[in-house]
Amino acid sequence: MLLSAALFMIGVVGVMIRRNIIVIFMSIELILNAVNINLVAFSSQLQNVVGQVFAVFVIAVAAAEAAVGLGIILAFYRNKETVNIDEMNLMRW
Amino acid sequence: MRYIWLIPLLPAIGAAVNGLVGIRAFSRRLAGLVACVMMTVALALSLVAFWQLLALPSAERAFDVTVAQWIPTIPLQLSNGALGGLQVPWGFRLDPLSGMMLLVVTGIGTLIHVYSTAYMADEPRGGVARFFCYLNLFCFFMLMLVLGNNFLVMFVGWEGVGLCSYLLIGYWYEKKSAADAGKKAFITNRVGDWGFVLGVFLIYSTFGTLDFRAVQNAAATMPIETVHFGVLSFICLFLFVGAVGKSAQIPLYVWLPDAMEGPTPVSALIHAATMVTAGVYMVGRNAVLFSHAPMVMELIAVVGVLTALMAASIGLVQYDIKRVLAYSTVSQLGYMFTAMGVGAFSAGAFHLMTHAFFKALLFLGSGSVIHAMGGEQDMRRMGNLKKYMPVTFATMFIGTLAIAGIPPFSGFFSKDEILFRAFLHNKAIWVLAVATALMTAFYMFRLVAMTFFGAYRGPAWESTGQGAVAVAAAHGVKRPSDPHAHGQADRADHEVSHGPAEPHDQGHDSPHGPAAHDDHGGGHGHGPWHGPHESPTPMTYPLMALAVGAVVAGFVGIPAALWNRGPAIEKFLEPSFTASEVRPAPATAGAAATGGAEGAQERSVRGAGSTDAEHEAEQASQGLELGLMGFSVLIALAGIGIAWKFYVTSPEISERLAKNWAGAHRLLSNKYYVDELYNNTVISGTFGLGRGLWTFDRRVVDGVVNGSSWVTVISAWFSGLADRTIVDGIVNLVGRTCEEASFWFRKVQTGLVQNYALLMLFGVFAFVTVYLFSR
Repeated sequence: MLLSAALFMIGVVGVMIRRNIIVIFMSIELILNAVNINLVAFSSQLQNVVGQVFAVFVIAVAAAEAAVGLGIILAFYRNKETVNIDEMNLMRW
Repeated sequence: MRYIWLIPLLPAIGAAVNGLVGIRAFSRRLAGLVACVMMTVALALSLVAFWQLLALPSAERAFDVTVAQWIPTIPLQLSNGALGGLQVPWGFRLDPLSGMMLLVVTGIGTLIHVYSTAYMADEPRGGVARFFCYLNLFCFFMLMLVLGNNFLVMFVGWEGVGLCSYLLIGYWYEKKSAADAGKKAFITNRVGDWGFVLGVFLIYSTFGTLDFRAVQNAAATMPIETVHFGVLSFICLFLFVGAVGKSAQIPLYVWLPDAMEGPTPVSALIHAATMVTAGVYMVGRNAVLFSHAPMVMELIAVVGVLTALMAASIGLVQYDIKRVLAYSTVSQLGYMFTAMGVGAFSAGAFHLMTHAFFKALLFLGSGSVIHAMGGEQDMRRMGNLKKYMPVTFATMFIGTLAIAGIPPFSGFFSKDEILFRAFLHNKAIWVLAVATALMTAFYMFRLVAMTFFGAYRGPAWESTGQGAVAVAAAHGVKRPSDPHAHGQADRADHEVSHGPAEPHDQGHDSPHGPAAHDDHGGGHGHGPWHGPHESPTPMTYPLMALAVGAVVAGFVGIPAALWNRGPAIEKFLEPSFTASEVRPAPATAGAAATGGAEGAQERSVRGAGSTDAEHEAEQASQGLELGLMGFSVLIALAGIGIAWKFYVTSPEISERLAKNWAGAHRLLSNKYYVDELYNNTVISGTFGLGRGLWTFDRRVVDGVVNGSSWVTVISAWFSGLADRTIVDGIVNLVGRTCEEASFWFRKVQTGLVQNYALLMLFGVFAFVTVYLFSR
């Protein structure tokens, strides 16, 4: 649980403070994996296999999310020649 | 006789063929042939029909044919409040009066068609077809007018002949004077037609029918309006206005002299023989109506005799050969109306017939003269033509004797009958009529003397000839637009009598005689004019035929004083002028019952039919009639003698007279200034009215329109203002409000993903915290 919590907080802080979008992306992976650890841990603790199944789903979704996210990053990079998150303010009012 | 409707139809077919196909495709000869054949067949049919009519006993001499229904029954309210059904058939009636007119129209029409084939031979090809199309169309309408058995069919013909008259007067439409004369004729006729239409309306609303026979029978039952001016008088007055327009009486006669701008055959057919007599015919057709309106009859007689006198006096001083004849026509029409007005309907109709013969003859003769003179119409430039054109001279001389009233020519009998009846009616009218007769004899012999006798005063016919250059330059061809102005003398078949021409004729055409002219054959319009010459046979034969007619036409009306069988024509025509006693028995029985003795007696005095009382009167006055007859012959001879003295033996007298009476001469030469009077009153009045209306239009109507548009503009401006301020204001206010309100919220929208993530994180923490603590 502590490991999981530590990983989660590292991921969250990474998302919050890093400028490079790829690093942010990796931080999100960290968060997801922290959740996975948590799920597996509770699964073995409670002798309930549902947690592990859920963890497998999370991995699959994370893979899909990584593919989509990397695609977006690639497209963005081709347009803007940067991966700096501060440049990504198109949604600004 | 069942097929009398074919008679008008045939010329209509001819007109359609010539008009639709002929103008483009027919040669001159073919166009003329089509028209002549149609008229000849119509004439043959008319003769057959007339023969069959004669075979009937005199009381039954009427024949009705209804070809088709024109206007189906329409309910209309009559003046007495009853509901009448207006129903008009295409009905034709052949009775003695229309039979006589039928023969006049088809007979003279055919002759004039034949004449026209030669007279119009120099026209362009399509023009000839157009001419014959109009001429045939005219015959169609005239026959409709004559044969129609109700007022509306008659009105169709009435309007149609007016139209054709307009078309034919303006036949040379490039010539402004001809086009103007056509318009003048049409517009003047329109004034009369207005009266005619009003009369027809009044007849319908009074009697509930338009059939001649029915109207007459109904009118016969009504009292004679001797003292009050009742509905019958109004009907007759309106009808007479129509007749005045069509038959060129005072005050609407001004169009007829100008109508001489048309080709001469047209003048002969329309403006002498047939159309202008339509008014007389119409009055005769409604003799029963008119004899019930004695006041209108008085008016007709006065108008007629004044017209006769006035036109004859104008004719005294005119120099244009056709204008003399035109005024003569007006004058003779005045005679006819005088006859109608004094109740001598059959005498008027008789004069109509004889006049048709001799006036058509005179017009065609004058056309022949004009043709011979190369388009010259001024009698001062003619003279001694009897040497060059003996046939024309002989026939015209017969016509002149006829119109002057020399026995035994036709004009004598008819004119004398009118004079006698006028004498019985009113001495003053008789005096005026006799004065007119004197003038008639004078101006007609003046015409003949100036044209055919004396020295030749026309242009020399070789413009390069010796000593003639000045004359030719001064008097040469005056009317370039008249096709006869160019040397149309060249015709293969004309008879040339060029005796005295030789001294003048030294130009290129020295071998005189037909052979030389034959070489020129076909060169119409460009060859030199070869001097006066006799007209070709298609022109002289109709002249001869008409001359025979002018001699014998009078014999049907030999008065009782000379021949105890009495005037045949009067007996023949009588049934047309009285209400039918035989046909609808109830109506006439009612007439006898209600009209009473007074009505019957009145009719016997006034009515056209010579009833017993009148016969007695006539017999008593046979001596008187003979005396009057001798007197009028004397008068005619006096007129002839004066004319002879003035214009043949000592021409200087007329010059001196014209000088001594310059004022009167000027007055007559200018036709009493009537044209000027009309110009200054009616026409300028119309113009003034038009101008006034225009000013009103510009000021008031345009003002109203402009005002309303101005109001619209102003109101639109206010509306726009409101739109801009209020409506737009509200919309903008909403927008502005939203914008202002969103000012604070949109600051959140930084566009930075990490800000959003941070916020989300805080949110999640907040929720989790709340969740945990609230549990």
